[in-house]
Amino acid sequence: MAFLELKNVSKGFGEGAKRVSVLKDIDLCVEEGEFVVILGFSGTGKTTLISLIAGLLAADQGEILLKGKPIVEPGPDRGVIFQNYALLPWLTVYGNVALAVNYLFRDWPEEKRRQHIEKYIEMVHLTPATLKRPAELSGGMRQRVSVARTLAMNPEILLMDEPLSALDALTRGTLQGEIEKIWEENRKTVVLITNDIDEAILLADRIIPLKPEAEGASLGPAFDVRLPRPRDKDNFNHDAEYRRLRTEITRYFLELQSLRRVEQTAETIVLPELKPVSLAG
Amino acid sequence: MTEKIIGVMRIAGFNVFVPVIRLIQGENRDEQLKLLWRTIGIQGVTLGVFLGLWALIAPQIKTNLGQVPGPAQVWEQIQSLSLEYRMETKNRKAFAVTEKARVEQKRAENPGLEVKMRRYSGRPTFLDQIFTSLVTVFTGFLLASLVAIPLGVLCGLNRTLMSALNPLIQVFKPVSPVAWLPIVTMVVSAVYTVPQPWLEKAFIISAITVSLCAIWPSLINTALGVASIDKDYINVARVLKLKFSTKIFKIVLPAALPYIFTGLRISLGVGWMVLIAAELLSQNPGLGKFVWDEFQNGSSQSLARIMVAIFTIGLIGFILDRIMVTLHKWVSFGHGTAGA
Repeated sequence: MAFLELKNVSKGFGEGAKRVSVLKDIDLCVEEGEFVVILGFSGTGKTTLISLIAGLLAADQGEILLKGKPIVEPGPDRGVIFQNYALLPWLTVYGNVALAVNYLFRDWPEEKRRQHIEKYIEMVHLTPATLKRPAELSGGMRQRVSVARTLAMNPEILLMDEPLSALDALTRGTLQGEIEKIWEENRKTVVLITNDIDEAILLADRIIPLKPEAEGASLGPAFDVRLPRPRDKDNFNHDAEYRRLRTEITRYFLELQSLRRVEQTAETIVLPELKPVSLAG
Repeated sequence: MTEKIIGVMRIAGFNVFVPVIRLIQGENRDEQLKLLWRTIGIQGVTLGVFLGLWALIAPQIKTNLGQVPGPAQVWEQIQSLSLEYRMETKNRKAFAVTEKARVEQKRAENPGLEVKMRRYSGRPTFLDQIFTSLVTVFTGFLLASLVAIPLGVLCGLNRTLMSALNPLIQVFKPVSPVAWLPIVTMVVSAVYTVPQPWLEKAFIISAITVSLCAIWPSLINTALGVASIDKDYINVARVLKLKFSTKIFKIVLPAALPYIFTGLRISLGVGWMVLIAAELLSQNPGLGKFVWDEFQNGSSQSLARIMVAIFTIGLIGFILDRIMVTLHKWVSFGHGTAGA
């Protein structure tokens, strides 16, 4: 039995003629300890997919099972790292992590909770900023706080919704390395969503493309990434396996796009049967 | 250190004095002097022009109570009122001393007898009236807030409740305090049948009238603030499965606090205006009654005294507003909008 299983999941928004189908017949199996990356263009329902797994949205059809049990509502067993961090601006770094820890582990003694909080702040290298508020932090630091808060919840599965998309390239690179390291240490099951092919190859055990279609996106064929860990991004360009994967995935997406373009232009426009009338005649 | 003082001043809304501090510190003199002129200088000129026009126009208008008072007469009355206050305080002290002596003597003569202290029956001074009004407005404001904030939070969280209450809110919101006054007076008289010496009926009536009018801005703003909380914050609460009370106190209230304080600020302003009208109409003690008494009194100084009351009402309203603005800025810190 898979750790996380999506069976025939569909989701749409709106009603009647304005109804837009976003996801259609999504089937997905994630094994325990696996790092799965869902790769897709923007606006193809990636966030919807993660919200469904998190339980923040309910599916129209199909079911989502975590360890064989259906997901009906959000819960701390699925730690979500939101695209825009979702930090509470009136709390410090410590306060944001403590909000989760103090509530979820309220039967722990205070000292143990404090150590737990500090451990995770240390893990994301934010100890010097412990007492700062989100407004005083850079984007990368904020995302780290979000990672610390989510990891400190001790979730069974981590759901990351484009966690690095709002960051500059340099910070992105550093955080990608950190996410991989943290995953190596914890071996949590992870579903990460991104639109960056390199990020996907760097982090994933398995990359699954999200294939946009008129009647809702569905999942394409999986690409297994068998590069040894820890992966070093700097040496990727000399790695034959990396280059093969990258070309293959890029080609897949380019084909998708050209197919779409054909579909879009396939519609022929019927011109009205009018003949120009000459005024001179 | 200087920056710290300036920071505090900015929160407290004393931006005007920032250049003064910088001047004392000897920072770029010309720049600061220019700034000073743009704030205090211009304000001084406006005040001067206002006083001049007032002094010029006021004597032209003759009323039954004599000329409309100019600045000079009003200044006279400020002094006369402060003199009255000092006299009254002296009398009160003297009365307390003689009364204490009287009671002690009676007790000594007849130990079994219970002797009551008589209350001083002098007229309340201007300062007493200010104090009464302030206590009343804060009581009414507190009462309104105690209902408005919890109800607003519930309305903001629950669309059904909001649409259920909306017609009531929309109808009662624009009602003037004057309309409420007779009903409140009758109801309080009917319910509060055994008046206690420490809780006067007039006080209850004024406070309730204030709260009936001050409740709406707080209620609406709280509901709006709660309804427009960033969805991400609510999602955090959902993922953590926070229980209702934790969600309210750790997420909803802190997130909506800037909105709530905007509502409270408007409420306090409305409450202060309403209170003066209510006191004036119902002869309940306070600044409003002072205005009415002076009007009835009809002496040559009455108009000037009413003017003093008007300035006092305005000044106190201004101070109350500044307090609320300061509190609002203070709770907005860390929200990324103000300061931080």
